[in-house]
Amino acid sequence: MTDTVQVSKPIGDAGPLPDRPKIQIVPVRGLPIVALAMAFVVFAVASNNKWALMFCHVVGGGLWTAIDLFVGLILGPIMGRLSIPARAEFSARFMPKMVIIMPTVVTMNLAAGFQMARNLGNLTASSPNHTWLIASFCVVGVMVMIALGVLEPANVAVLHEMNKKVPNGDRIHRLMNQFIYTAGIIGVMQIATLVIMTRVASR
Amino acid sequence: MSDITAAPESEVDRHLPPIAWLSSLALGLVVIGGIIMASYAPRVAPLKFAIALLVAAMVLLLSAVGLLVRIPEFAWAKFLKVFKWSLLAYIVEAGMIEFAFVKDQMRGSSLLIVTLMLVVFATSVPVTIAFTTARYAEVGDG
Repeated sequence: MTDTVQVSKPIGDAGPLPDRPKIQIVPVRGLPIVALAMAFVVFAVASNNKWALMFCHVVGGGLWTAIDLFVGLILGPIMGRLSIPARAEFSARFMPKMVIIMPTVVTMNLAAGFQMARNLGNLTASSPNHTWLIASFCVVGVMVMIALGVLEPANVAVLHEMNKKVPNGDRIHRLMNQFIYTAGIIGVMQIATLVIMTRVASR
Repeated sequence: MSDITAAPESEVDRHLPPIAWLSSLALGLVVIGGIIMASYAPRVAPLKFAIALLVAAMVLLLSAVGLLVRIPEFAWAKFLKVFKWSLLAYIVEAGMIEFAFVKDQMRGSSLLIVTLMLVVFATSVPVTIAFTTARYAEVGDG
């Protein structure tokens, strides 16, 4: 594989790289937007406002599913075929955004979704949607474990590695592969979420 | 000049105890416990199984921490830096979940178990993230 050859080859062979700016692992400028989103979720849950809950659930879920599918099934395979320097360059700009976008949209979706399910009576055992909701809890549970146990630690570790004076290409390659494979698995699992949620909404 | 190299295996690539696995397993157990508690809402979930999962998760997390503090020559400055910021983020997340359960009138032992599960959740993820980052850092890196 071309990638493997390039991993074991110092980039110096292709000429010196320009000095890279230090990567801001958590984009501070995005935090006010996150705070606003979280405040809106708290308002939605506290007030039980139907529109606010629906907005948080649909916007959060739509973005979560779409981003996971896009990253896992489209962007991931493309990243996997890039050379290590190109991948590092792309990741330095892409991954910090993921650090704040994903937890935000996931929290919006889950917090509002649970509250809506409760208000609509979908959580009661007699509801025809109960089984589907439990199935969705299980799918989300597996995705949470993969995302928080493997994907996010790999994401943060790659960014720290790239901030070193002399980043280790092999290590970045290994961690990026973890990110790409787990993003792919989560992307596939999101298809199950789409099936379950459209099923619940159409009953 | 900055450069990305295929550096030879160094001491930061040494074999370390399965700390990330243990903390992720702890997370997995509280996620299962959370699913059980949530799937019974608004009724009261059977607590015995949830308690068993919680205790197992705590044992795993404490084992991870126990193994972690026994690692000689570890990049503690990097670990603590990543840990404290991740902890802050996950305390906010756990707080949101706790708020939803309290708002939904969860009380008594169910609330206590969910709270302790959230403590494991808010601690295990930062341990995994900080360990995965610090294991590749040189001792003294901050």
